[in-house]
Amino acid sequence: MAGANSDSEKFARRDWDSHPPNLHPDYKSTPLRAPGKPLVILPQSLSELTGPVYGHAAVGDLDHDLTKSAARTGAPNGERIIVAGTVWDEDGRPVPDILLEVWQPNAAGRYNHADDQHDAPIDPNFLGAGRCVTDGAGRYCFVTIKPGAYPWPNHYNAWRPAHIHFSLFGASILTRLITQMYFTGDPLLALDPIYNGVPAASRQLLVADLSIDLSEPEWALGYAFDICLRGRAATPMEA
Amino acid sequence: MPLKQTPSQTIGPYFSFGLVPEQYGYDYKQLAGNELAEEGAAPITIRGQVFDGNGETVRDAMLELWQADSRGRYAHARDPRGANTAFGGFARVGTGTLADNFFEFKTVKPGAIGDGQAPHITVVLFMRGLLNHVYTRIYFADEEAANGKDPVLTLVEPSRRETLIARRDGDGAYRFDIHMQGDGETVFFDA
Repeated sequence: MAGANSDSEKFARRDWDSHPPNLHPDYKSTPLRAPGKPLVILPQSLSELTGPVYGHAAVGDLDHDLTKSAARTGAPNGERIIVAGTVWDEDGRPVPDILLEVWQPNAAGRYNHADDQHDAPIDPNFLGAGRCVTDGAGRYCFVTIKPGAYPWPNHYNAWRPAHIHFSLFGASILTRLITQMYFTGDPLLALDPIYNGVPAASRQLLVADLSIDLSEPEWALGYAFDICLRGRAATPMEA
Repeated sequence: MPLKQTPSQTIGPYFSFGLVPEQYGYDYKQLAGNELAEEGAAPITIRGQVFDGNGETVRDAMLELWQADSRGRYAHARDPRGANTAFGGFARVGTGTLADNFFEFKTVKPGAIGDGQAPHITVVLFMRGLLNHVYTRIYFADEEAANGKDPVLTLVEPSRRETLIARRDGDGAYRFDIHMQGDGETVFFDA
């Protein structure tokens, strides 16, 4: 590949000691959907070193507050919470001005989605989708409703622990990440095959901690959830 | 101090209202849809399906495209020519709204970016049951000479290269299917 980009501009590889393997048979949707052949290692060209950019103008004023953005007749039901943190790269640098998108079920554990037939009420004042852009120090903040646990058909009596889906961009298309945030102390974590597909040493990275500092007195508890994206390559990636 | 990458998790089956809400009929603005246009460039359509290991079509996948404009420019600060394009280059679509779980993009054919690579589009694929997103590329069957010299295609064993090449499917239209497994498994990349 032409040498238009120096190695210092390249990104560290995905850390497979941290990410789950694609084939994880306890999660029963993986055996037919995980790639069967090894991934082909691709040099990082301009196509990989660039990516979509969504700045602060892309998000609406209420997009970060899921308790207000879809309210029609009043406040949504459930426990109001604040979820906030910093997006870092592996080198410990904050990642400013990147788009985060979140989606989740409501307090009763029901998604506002036609395919979700769980016998729990839809909340007419809650869509469950939000987004924001990190500030100059890589920080983000959402206000939302604590999501409920819900059953799913993976195995008999299977229940997903409460979680919020996160989607992030970052410095290039290579730093793209979709993940799930869980809540500290949830006893369902030990039983969840999706969470437990992650190597044990990295599972805690998906768990938000209760933060009294982020909490607002008389109003909402706060949960701290930092996210780390791929950093810069430490060594030349290719000859 | 180096930190550890946050682990990936599946997009799950219920992403539509968060990521592609307008496509699925939700009253919530979406930041990216399945249509990209560039003044003066001919529109193309890319259609296809995603197949699981049983050959069944997947109805809860999301595809993202990242591409250069018709002159090979990415809308990004790292592309020295990127400031000159008004073409955003990013599109996304879910497979759950068209008959037979087709996806469809309306875009323009990207130009060569000038480093010896043939015209191509980066695809990022997510779905329920996929714990990490995968990357693949769309090349074009009518770029035979450029494809033959492409440094990425030549990394791939010859018998698998055609899984990366969209074939002509009428005037201005291309077909690109993705197979997660099996003899015709699409080549997936880790960059």
